[in-house]
Amino acid sequence: MAAPTAKEVLLKPIFDNNPIGLQILGICSALAVTTQMSTSLVMSIAVVAVTGCASASVSLIRHRIPSSIRIIVQMVVIASLVILVDQILKAFLFDISKRLSVFVGLIITNCIVMGRAEGFAMKNDPKMSFLDGVGNGLGYSFILLAVAFFRELFGSGKLFGVTLLNPITNPDGWYNPNGLMLLSPSAFFIIGVIIWIIRSVKPEQVEEA
Amino acid sequence: MPPRDSIANTFMVSMILCVVCSLLVSSAAVILKPMQDRNKLLDRQLNIIEAAGLSEEPRKLSGQEIEELFQSRVTPRLLDIDTGEYVPESEVDEAFDPRKAAKDLERSQEVESAYDIGQLRREKRTWVYLVQDGEQLEQVIVPVYGMGLWSTLYGYVAIDSDLRTIQGLTYYEHGETPGLGGEVENPAWKAKWIGKKIWEEGVAVPDVKNENILVGVAKGAPVGDLAKYQVDGLSGATITSRGVDSMLKYWFSDDGFGPYLKKLASQQGASDGSTNR
Repeated sequence: MAAPTAKEVLLKPIFDNNPIGLQILGICSALAVTTQMSTSLVMSIAVVAVTGCASASVSLIRHRIPSSIRIIVQMVVIASLVILVDQILKAFLFDISKRLSVFVGLIITNCIVMGRAEGFAMKNDPKMSFLDGVGNGLGYSFILLAVAFFRELFGSGKLFGVTLLNPITNPDGWYNPNGLMLLSPSAFFIIGVIIWIIRSVKPEQVEEA
Repeated sequence: MPPRDSIANTFMVSMILCVVCSLLVSSAAVILKPMQDRNKLLDRQLNIIEAAGLSEEPRKLSGQEIEELFQSRVTPRLLDIDTGEYVPESEVDEAFDPRKAAKDLERSQEVESAYDIGQLRREKRTWVYLVQDGEQLEQVIVPVYGMGLWSTLYGYVAIDSDLRTIQGLTYYEHGETPGLGGEVENPAWKAKWIGKKIWEEGVAVPDVKNENILVGVAKGAPVGDLAKYQVDGLSGATITSRGVDSMLKYWFSDDGFGPYLKKLASQQGASDGSTNR
């Protein structure tokens, strides 16, 4: 592989090599936190921060990490960063951190973070690794926000908690919220459709059967 | 420096990494603790406000509004659970934490009840919250807790001044599965509790016994007379629902707040005869 440029590293994971869309990583949290835009946005920022910083820090010490314990070292770095993010959310965004509940902690197990640390940061310099982490975080965020947009809009008729489609529970309402959208399976459907669209536009992403 | 894959380097790298990471995590925890504690306190006060229905849109209140509303409308009183008497002013410690007390042998007692709350011990004293209009009691809010599936659920129940009607139930802390057991926080489910009766109708509150406690969670929509006392369980969360059911029954039994509520009811009956609503 020729040395990638900064722009490629940052932007490629969003459409060309999306961690959820192409690599199908990090699906579980994408199901859990996407019923609302606000939780998805905070989750996205948290994941971008963690993937960026984790990749940068792993890359920074990559020449000193013995190969026998490299996975554990990456894990410790990631876990510390996630705890940090969790503590900060609890202090400044208590309400949202309560709604995200365990899923902030579960960023630790999000394959995207670990995958980028092991697959990219161990071989590249800190700056590129940071951009790669942020890029992959953004790729994740893109899918998360797209899913949350449809789920919150059609599931509760709202975006960021602001009512846009007047639900029929109000006297003058006309929109009948689609309860399925609030349940996890709907996220599967939406992710499936997004992957379908991405692959129709970019047929080179289709795997050979 | 030793070569990268040597044992010496492996030890060195892991030591340094552990120290750096633990410093980072522990200093963040210590520095942010005061803010987190304030958030927790506000969250509890907000849940009391919400259970009691003191605000139209409790979730939109700012931190300061919560504090002001709480201080102006709610009076915390320290209660001796077994006797149902308030602890005398001279013994009241503002910083009393019932959860710490529950772990302290001196200040707790064993839980022996037909209703399982998943705890071996519970505190002897706890805070209850009164909402009053002048001298007239409007609502009393009691804390409840008990085991669900993964975690202990902590919440508040607001009871009307007739001491038999639930005005609201909220859970402020739990670790149940989001979307399943976590639905105890769902406003639609919480709204179902409003107006449910705790005790069998026709039995005066001071005379109720444990077998008169009918409040709880039903399996499937409650039918007939039981609909007055019970709400439909959460689908996909059988064990959480069962936990809510037995915790309510426990805390309203004679081992929980039964003696206190009966005492309040007889006092009210003595002061005015109009409580037989």
